[in-house]
Amino acid sequence: MKAIKLAASEGRAVHPAGEGALVVRGLTVSYGEAPAVFSADLTVPEGSMTAIVGPNGAGKSTLLKAALGVTPRLSGQAHFFGEPLGQVRRRVAYVPQRASVDWDFPTRVLDVVLMGLWRDLGLLRPVRARHRQAALDALARVGMADLSDRQIGQLSGGQQQRVFLARSLAQGADLYLLDEPFAGVDAATERAIIDVLKALRDEGRTVVAVHHDLSTVADYFDRVALMNVRVITEGPVADAFTREALQEAYGGRLATVQIDQLRLGAT
Amino acid sequence: MLWEALTLQAGYNAALVAVGAGLLGTAAGAAGTFLFLRKRALVSDAISHATLPGVALAFMVMVAFGGDGRWLPGLLLGSALSAGLGLLAVQWISDRTRLNEDAAIGAILSSFFGLGVVLLTVIQTMSSGRQAGIEDFLLGATAGMLMSEATTIAVGGGLAVAATLLLRRPMTVVAFDPGYAAASGIDVRRIDLATMALVLAVTIIGLKVVGLILIVALLIIPPVAARFWSERAGHVATIAGVIGGVSGYLGAAISASAPDLPTGPIVVLVAFAVFCLSLAFAPGRGVLAAFLRHRRFQRRVHLRQGLLALAQGQPVLERYTLRLLARAGLARGDGVPTEAGRAQAARALRDEARWSEARKLHAHETAAGRYDGLTPIEAVLTPDEIRELDRRIGAPHAVTP
Repeated sequence: MKAIKLAASEGRAVHPAGEGALVVRGLTVSYGEAPAVFSADLTVPEGSMTAIVGPNGAGKSTLLKAALGVTPRLSGQAHFFGEPLGQVRRRVAYVPQRASVDWDFPTRVLDVVLMGLWRDLGLLRPVRARHRQAALDALARVGMADLSDRQIGQLSGGQQQRVFLARSLAQGADLYLLDEPFAGVDAATERAIIDVLKALRDEGRTVVAVHHDLSTVADYFDRVALMNVRVITEGPVADAFTREALQEAYGGRLATVQIDQLRLGAT
Repeated sequence: MLWEALTLQAGYNAALVAVGAGLLGTAAGAAGTFLFLRKRALVSDAISHATLPGVALAFMVMVAFGGDGRWLPGLLLGSALSAGLGLLAVQWISDRTRLNEDAAIGAILSSFFGLGVVLLTVIQTMSSGRQAGIEDFLLGATAGMLMSEATTIAVGGGLAVAATLLLRRPMTVVAFDPGYAAASGIDVRRIDLATMALVLAVTIIGLKVVGLILIVALLIIPPVAARFWSERAGHVATIAGVIGGVSGYLGAAISASAPDLPTGPIVVLVAFAVFCLSLAFAPGRGVLAAFLRHRRFQRRVHLRQGLLALAQGQPVLERYTLRLLARAGLARGDGVPTEAGRAQAARALRDEARWSEARKLHAHETAAGRYDGLTPIEAVLTPDEIRELDRRIGAPHAVTP
């Protein structure tokens, strides 16, 4: 309740949907009394690749989930391609954290990817050859076509992450929101995933990923949003990924030596 | 008598009851699967126990208005209302307080059941004789069931099966990945509510047949047994429906064959027997299959270690390894390799050398990750890749005894 008052007292004019694949304005989320995300603004232009970076507990995943309506928000708005999510769900794909599901669930790799087509299939329409082909194509893009019959419990961590990515690819979305896609995956998978994401960007699609490896931000992404409950800076990596912003986001947790080793934007 | 009941020749009524119980079991198994996959199996226990005060109150109200207290639709309506109330209470406690669902279920289940037992006692003192039949809701009784009641159960079971079929896709997505489901536009709360409504419906339909104490078994045992047989959610639900249906049918038929045999416990025991068979003998996830798989794996490890020891001219120390080598004709009882043994040992050593070379090469990083000491490298790399490895290792070495 306190958080609502705080957000309101900022007196922020909530803009109607602006340009961009994802525009978040004044978003506040709270578990209990302390806000996990406070009055966050985020603008993701179409065709960009954005990293959301920040320390543990900074509310990075929460920001994504609240924008998607998975987690209820206390205040604020999120627009996708200038519309509320409900109008454009098909164009938006969400890749949750791999650890958020039970991998002993009775389902095969192909079935998980077919879940990405659920909006086309609806309640009763049968799964036809073209659906299966779309799912297999998505699996092929992440190098998993051979494993489509595998039970998901037999997959390695990297393979699990690829399956999740394939599910969102099958959906054929224009905006991909990924929660820690590189957490606990092997080096080969990390390369495979980043290749797919860059290919999506090159097709003009938009990618947003919660990311925690500061050393790869500049290599993988062209935009960055640094956050710690609030969004501290956002913009092209060259402008926003600065020493000052990192220090503000991480506080004393990031030693100067570590910052020195990063490829940073202009300071 | 039992055979006649099983083959539907024990009279039209008994046949109808058996078919009704079968349909009920099918509905319970299929609907229960999604509850089980959502990891909320215990909620069904809260729902079923929360029916008792509703049944008792409905009886009292109907008697108070001068009607027949045992009129089934009235009793079922009462049970649905109080079970719904119990379900809401569980939901409210786990949503609004720091208590988790388990604790809420424990509190609600016992309180509602306690209230129900008190009301039953009141009924007994209030109007002796007329309450006969109310206790049947605890453990289920199909003997003397009215035709209309059996029809109600059969139709209700059929409807519940149809509803489960209709909702199977969203329920599967929600059970596997609720976050993804919510983001792709599935109303997770509403699907959860629909699942609960299905379970509630099955519980109420099943009150007369299985009884409220044991209906949870019919909702949970079939899916758990079915899980041993399949790795696909849809198949698990189908198999669970079959197991539930067979249990319901057999249970009702068996209990009809002898007087005073309560139906609920028999149905549950039949389901439990299927569960035990599944646990023991299912291929893949069954205990026996797992044991055999482990033994086979152990044999392969021992053979490989033995062959590598032979190849390097080391003594084979473990007796189990020696016995395996001897049985395969690869070594004599004293550990001296035979001709075939020397050839295979050389091949094993070669394979190891290729693996260790492959692990050094960046290009084979992914393949090298599949090294487990047992898989031959031919299963992972192509012949030209292996030739390249051999070129790096050099000529093979012969194994001398």
